[in-house]
Amino acid sequence: MSTEADKTTLVTYRQALNDALRSEMSRDDKVILVGEEIGIFEGSYKITAGLLTEFGPERVRDTPIAEEGFVGAAIGAAMLGMRPVVEIMTLNFSLIAIDQIVNHAAKIYGMFGGQQSVPMVIRMPGGGGQQLAATHSQNLEVWYAHVPGLKVVAPSTPADAKALLLAAIRDDDPVIFLENLALYNTKGEVPAGDVPAEIGRAAVVKEGTDLTVIAYSRATTIAVEVARQMAEEGISVEVVDLRSLRPLDRPTICASVRKTGRAVVLEDDWLSYGIGAEISATLMEGAFDYLDAPVRRVAAAEVPLPYAKPLERRALPDAGDLRRVILELLDDTSFES
Amino acid sequence: MKQSRTAEADQLVEFYRRMVLIRKFELSADQMYKRAKVGGYCHLNLGEEASVVGLMDALRPTDYLFTNYRDHGYALMRGMDTGKVMAELFGKSTGVSKGRGGSMHLFDTEKRMLGGYGIVGGQIPPATGAALALTYRGAPGPDAEAVMCQMGDGTTNIGAFHESLNLAAVWSLPIVYVVINNRLGMGTTVEMAAGEPELYKRGASYRIPGVRADGGDVLAVRQAATEALDQARTERRPALLELMSYRLRGHSVVDPARYRSAADVETAQKADPVPALRAQLIADGTLTEKQAAAIETKVDGEVAAAVAFADAGPDPTPDQLFDYAYATPVPNAPTALPGERMVVLP
Ligand SMILES: Cc1ncc(C[n+]2csc(CCOP(=O)(O)OP(=O)(O)O)c2C)c(N)n1
Ligand SMILES: [Mg+2]
Repeated sequence: MSTEADKTTLVTYRQALNDALRSEMSRDDKVILVGEEIGIFEGSYKITAGLLTEFGPERVRDTPIAEEGFVGAAIGAAMLGMRPVVEIMTLNFSLIAIDQIVNHAAKIYGMFGGQQSVPMVIRMPGGGGQQLAATHSQNLEVWYAHVPGLKVVAPSTPADAKALLLAAIRDDDPVIFLENLALYNTKGEVPAGDVPAEIGRAAVVKEGTDLTVIAYSRATTIAVEVARQMAEEGISVEVVDLRSLRPLDRPTICASVRKTGRAVVLEDDWLSYGIGAEISATLMEGAFDYLDAPVRRVAAAEVPLPYAKPLERRALPDAGDLRRVILELLDDTSFES
Repeated sequence: MKQSRTAEADQLVEFYRRMVLIRKFELSADQMYKRAKVGGYCHLNLGEEASVVGLMDALRPTDYLFTNYRDHGYALMRGMDTGKVMAELFGKSTGVSKGRGGSMHLFDTEKRMLGGYGIVGGQIPPATGAALALTYRGAPGPDAEAVMCQMGDGTTNIGAFHESLNLAAVWSLPIVYVVINNRLGMGTTVEMAAGEPELYKRGASYRIPGVRADGGDVLAVRQAATEALDQARTERRPALLELMSYRLRGHSVVDPARYRSAADVETAQKADPVPALRAQLIADGTLTEKQAAAIETKVDGEVAAAVAFADAGPDPTPDQLFDYAYATPVPNAPTALPGERMVVLP
């Protein structure tokens, strides 16, 4: 017997975000949207399409090109009880606002002794692969994931995009909400109703026994696809979708690897000091005795991403790279005794 | 039958040829984008040809130029090879930035075109610093070098603009900041975004003199730019030049610009500087219809040759990925490809 809550609809990641924004704006009139080209232009990637018409220019506030200014202004508005949801056109442009994010949004609650929280969300897409060249293709999530005081989420599916955005908007702390250019058109089933996710929890999105792939955002979609293909070849891959980069769900990661004994991290950021480095260290601490082989990482080559397609393609991790490393790792018996 | 023309008329004919070159290059870039020869973001100078030609004629080969991502016309007018510019759009090794930068990132050390930059306002502080370097090089005077820093109207709202103008003022730098006011930053009008929409007045906070000129009039642009550059050369005083212009198309080749009213599009089309100059040259007897058509046909040939050159060039190969990672060799530079092990011990 199916209930209302069991109903799902097939929507794009883009639509799921749009739905979540609309729901939250209807539910709470303190929720305002702030960003470049989000109103009249309907968003560079059309995430806010239709919302200006529906809610008007006071709730959907187009800004001048002034990332430091409008991100900082959102912090101040949040301190006085508004719940701003800021769109930064892409993650790359957040570098202009990083002082406000890191030195202000992340600090105000703790540094002033817990008197004032900063309930705001900064949404922005990262990601390469669109030939946008070095300054427009970056995956700098680790910069934010490094900072105490921030929460950083990175949904990989439309369902999570909605549930995590609902959660982020209702959260009293500043949340960095990382989207990905390559995910906007992807489709998935989204449950009816507005049920927020819990920030800080990973999910085992595919169960397996031979090896664990840990991923987030776009990388999860690749991992799931590779796991499906390999299942047909008799290889059982488990996929852990991090969903939240800060806080990081270390127990779920370690439990999975304790079960499978082998781990690969698939990440779109650069290898050195990346998300995979943190996962590897976590596994050293929480699954060392269970590892049958060293943890492997599949990440982007460490170059400013070139424009030319053959170079860009080579620099970014793909399904073929993951597959190859999985096969290598299954053959690796270094730690078995 | 060869008519004898005045030097001024010859000059205008040459300016017309240059404007046609930019126009046809941009139309070709648009087509090549649609054929997927060009990828990523691609922003055109359509409608801004008179501004680009006038500015670049005022700039001397010894001066330096920094621009935003809407940079094709500037590169061509700086004397960069048409084929190599197109090759960059195609992402070829034969491109001006070896296929690494694409449309937004044209660069040529020799031509002193120190880059098109994709981050809004990103070019302004470095351009200011280039002007600072010039102050260590030689004395001010009519032959001194200067820097021109181009940007769009929307860019005057970012902090980097204001910080840089202030630096240029307090350090007395030989730089001309040029704002191409095409009245739109993506879908945002100047009036919506700027507290002082008469952008040339924005220098006032820094006591930087501002001038507004008609960006559709190539001679007016050249005149205003020459004066501003002279002041930078001889007095080491920064200047702010605003050129009133129009963007004929969307923000980039993929933007259908649905947010624009029909009236606004019509105004922009009416102000199109390329047919306007053509009509003027024919009306005053400088060019015959046939001569104008001959100029256009010749430019068609140049653009077709540029496309052929770009097409024929080799793609960069994956083994070149780590070329240019660093200018100086360094031990242990990471060169792992995705999935390769980082730790390789002897
Ligand atoms: C820091 C930053 N924010 C936002 C963008 C996205 N963006 C690219 S161009 C542009 C509009 C710029 O308008 P304007 O300065 O008027 O130049 P135009 O495109 O009209 O030549 C925006 C918002 C960016 N590239 N960099
Ligand atoms: Mg503009």
